[in-house]
Amino acid sequence: MTLIRDFTAARLDETIPARAPWSAILRAGETLRIIDLEGQQSADTLIYNAHDTSERYSCQETLLAQGRVYVSTGTDLLSNEGRTLMTVTADTVGRHDTSAGACSCEANTVRFGHHTRYMHACRENFVLAAARHGMSKRDIVGNINFFMNVPILPDGALAIDDGISEPGGYVDLRAEMDVIVLISNCPQVNNPCNGFNPTPLRVLIWPGTSWPSNSAQAV
Amino acid sequence: MTTLDSATPEQHRQRYLQLRAAAQARAEAAAPRALDTGPAATLPETDIRHRESIPAGWYYTVRLRRGEALRLCNPSGTASVSAMLWNAAEPSERFNAGDTVKLQWSARLGRGKLLYSDMGRVLAAITEDTTGGRHDALTGGSTPASNLRRYGDASLRNTRDNFRLAAAKLGLSVRDIAPCITFFAGVRTDAEGRFVWHGAGTSGEFVDLRAELDLIVALSNCPHPLDPRPDYGNAPVEVTVFRAPPPTADDLCRTSCEEAERGYDNNAAYLRA
Repeated sequence: MTLIRDFTAARLDETIPARAPWSAILRAGETLRIIDLEGQQSADTLIYNAHDTSERYSCQETLLAQGRVYVSTGTDLLSNEGRTLMTVTADTVGRHDTSAGACSCEANTVRFGHHTRYMHACRENFVLAAARHGMSKRDIVGNINFFMNVPILPDGALAIDDGISEPGGYVDLRAEMDVIVLISNCPQVNNPCNGFNPTPLRVLIWPGTSWPSNSAQAV
Repeated sequence: MTTLDSATPEQHRQRYLQLRAAAQARAEAAAPRALDTGPAATLPETDIRHRESIPAGWYYTVRLRRGEALRLCNPSGTASVSAMLWNAAEPSERFNAGDTVKLQWSARLGRGKLLYSDMGRVLAAITEDTTGGRHDALTGGSTPASNLRRYGDASLRNTRDNFRLAAAKLGLSVRDIAPCITFFAGVRTDAEGRFVWHGAGTSGEFVDLRAELDLIVALSNCPHPLDPRPDYGNAPVEVTVFRAPPPTADDLCRTSCEEAERGYDNNAAYLRA
């Protein structure tokens, strides 16, 4: 699904450098676009109710409600209160993971060897981004990994595969309530989630009103 | 940013493919254990510290010392029991469902598999399992919404609220609850990624969890939201807290793969420090 949007109408247009954390507050009705500029770059994402952060994204509620293990267009990203935080309104990739969580220094030691402990990781980013909003490690729960390809096979086999998002691929997320969004531009180089080479992401936020079509930019 | 690892992308890829191939080889080599060689259904009385019967819809919390174990028994074969685990000394360290499936290259968690925390440490080991891995860490437990979808009644007791109640009585809160694991819940995915309910339970099936750190555990006996049976059920789950036999040098859970060995390395370092 491709939507035509006017990039100049965005109220925010930023690049998240490779390996960096990012966060923003969105008003209900606003749309966040995350663009995988160079392809195969995981955008680890968490969402909270901006007015009460004890209400937060629940991967298990989200998957239960849709009866399917991947996130794509139409997925309601549900909270632990069973309410929709954001809705995936566009997706050029088709399939995103929300089962395998975010990388951490500690988990890296188990997965890849003790020599990988002192490499930058998503949960370091999440803790720093959460701290900007009065939250801590306790608030970091199972996240969404946009642009990360994790097939889960009928026998349960699960592995991170080469990414299937092309350069310029994107997802659009419409805020269904006022939300805080945390993104870790994944620093991992020990598996294919970033093509073994972390690259920047671009994020745009559009206001909730309809956008003018006469100056639209096709993407 | 300082790059502490100087390996090239291609070297990282080769390392990843080696780890993945080893995991695939282990999965193919692991034959299901015949029932007649399975674990003893009876625990020595002298090893038992406590027995608890959790009624349908209810919850139970227990503190385990490292080396103690929980036997979760499904007498009817129809119940499911969801579990949340915390490090008793530092509850911000807790069960991490994503790491648990990712670090073990599989969503199928059975005998020999581990329950990992978010800190790269082993909270508990699945030392026995008569179900052949019929457990679920992908979709978790029931919620008001799932009870409404399944039974048309959001007011039925559910695991989400049971965990909130359990956490509150432990000095914890909603913020301390993360994705959980549900035992006796055969959730698999089909080729398109849709969830399918896989197989029925058997009367008396059980799973043993050996604590590898001092733990707080919350258990919720609620039917799994993907269980297709139309009735909520009324079967209890029997919990036995017992002293586990000390791990032997060839302990399956500790030695099954290099990832497990590194997880236990992390436990050892934590316990020394």
